[in-house]
Amino acid sequence: MTSAGTVIIGTGLAGFQTAASLRAEGYQESITLVGEEPHIPYQRPPLSKGFPLGTQDRESIELRPQKFYLDHKINLIVGEKVVAIDPAERNARLASGTRLAYDKLVLAVGASNRLLPVPGAKLDSVLYLRSLDEAIVLKERLISAQNVAVVGGGFVGLELAAVASSLGKSVTVIEALPRLMSRVVAPVISEYFADLHASKGVKLLCGVSVAEIASANGKVRSMVLSDGTKHDADLVLVGIGVAPNAALAREAGLSVSNGIAVNEHLHTRDDNIFAIGDCAEHPCTFAHARLRLESVQNAADQAQCVAATIAGRRESYRALPWFWTDQFEIKLQMAGISHGHDRIVTRGNREAGKLSVFYFKENRLIAVDSINRPLDHMLGRKLIAAGAAVTPEQAADETFDLRTLAQKTKST
Amino acid sequence: MPKVIYVSHHGGQLEVDVPVGTTVMAAALKNGIDGIVAECGGVCMCSTCHVFVDEGFFSRLPPATDTEEAVLEIAAIERQPNSRLSCQIKVTEDLEGLIVRMPEKQR
Repeated sequence: MTSAGTVIIGTGLAGFQTAASLRAEGYQESITLVGEEPHIPYQRPPLSKGFPLGTQDRESIELRPQKFYLDHKINLIVGEKVVAIDPAERNARLASGTRLAYDKLVLAVGASNRLLPVPGAKLDSVLYLRSLDEAIVLKERLISAQNVAVVGGGFVGLELAAVASSLGKSVTVIEALPRLMSRVVAPVISEYFADLHASKGVKLLCGVSVAEIASANGKVRSMVLSDGTKHDADLVLVGIGVAPNAALAREAGLSVSNGIAVNEHLHTRDDNIFAIGDCAEHPCTFAHARLRLESVQNAADQAQCVAATIAGRRESYRALPWFWTDQFEIKLQMAGISHGHDRIVTRGNREAGKLSVFYFKENRLIAVDSINRPLDHMLGRKLIAAGAAVTPEQAADETFDLRTLAQKTKST
Repeated sequence: MPKVIYVSHHGGQLEVDVPVGTTVMAAALKNGIDGIVAECGGVCMCSTCHVFVDEGFFSRLPPATDTEEAVLEIAAIERQPNSRLSCQIKVTEDLEGLIVRMPEKQR
């Protein structure tokens, strides 16, 4: 009997990379990559950066050209929604009724935007960003916009604020928490980016939330905030986080917490079903906690891990998380998970625009955030991954050689 | 259009006509060259488009930025003096015949 092969649901980076890595691992069975979006797999990060800015176009963000899927015998089905999984019969049912039989199933189903729960949020000029189709609309609407309100001072919101500002728009960012990107970075990094945005003319309003989006004749006119103030706006961009797409897994009887629950091999409770990327909650070795991460690194490395396991080389997932965000000309590079830190030290000089923050927990280095200090970031990755014994004093001392320490740690 | 020659770890060669201004990485992906992974999409955050540039051409490239130099630190196959990230090499007329060799692995 021939194997039914692997079915991968989701055509984002995690899904794509699983298919590509399976072939690179020498997997010989059939591979089907199926997704709801009507496009061949593309990169999502440029959608809030180069794409709306006009420096990258549709073709340049494709992960691979169409030919790749033919050459590697990857059966790519786009524009088809999977509506149910039957773990007992081992098949996935498409909206069209077709059933895809599988031997192994990979859920790379991603996440969906959280919606703004205020009056006026359903107006035509209130936009969200997740997919290429949404990015195409957003880019078009930015052209004629004058006053852009960005709801959410996280990565996506701030990247879009930077893009809109660079395009000459008057931009106001509204962040409910007291500072920017507060869930993930130290105050000194938030302050750096607040100064950067302010220097470009972006108005930042932190510690206030949106009460209502006021309109006239169906057109957005202003943002009414929780402090009673009103701010002109004709286009609203919302980036207030995402929720994992877990319905399919839940209905199939799989365990779901803050994401589809998987073990260290990225297996769900069904041995034939894996979950990876934005939708999956996995045990993170570095954070000593179960995490759901939304990043390129997480998607690509988890895909690689699952592909190796399916191809017969069972692997545990233990890649170090890293992230980045581009805002104006500044790139923030992040290594590790800083959550739960009890001490931070800085290396470099904020005034000179070159700064890293080293995060420690119980005297162990757990994360490094870097601005214009790329070597700190890369060495940080090595040091954290290796569990290197670097002290806060050494990290803060620019004359202390992190490279030598990283090399030593690696060789022992 | 300048030609770029991609040499796989096993020695196989592929010649590709690359439009001026396109990066060596982007042209590799477009032409089905498997030795380049380009996980981060060309923003200098991963090292999976690492190449060794043929000596005659290496000195003709604009020097690597600090960011690129830092990324080369984490390359899966240890960097050499002629290492570059192919996402940072934009093809120009002057680079006609550019030869890049791909490492044994990228991740």
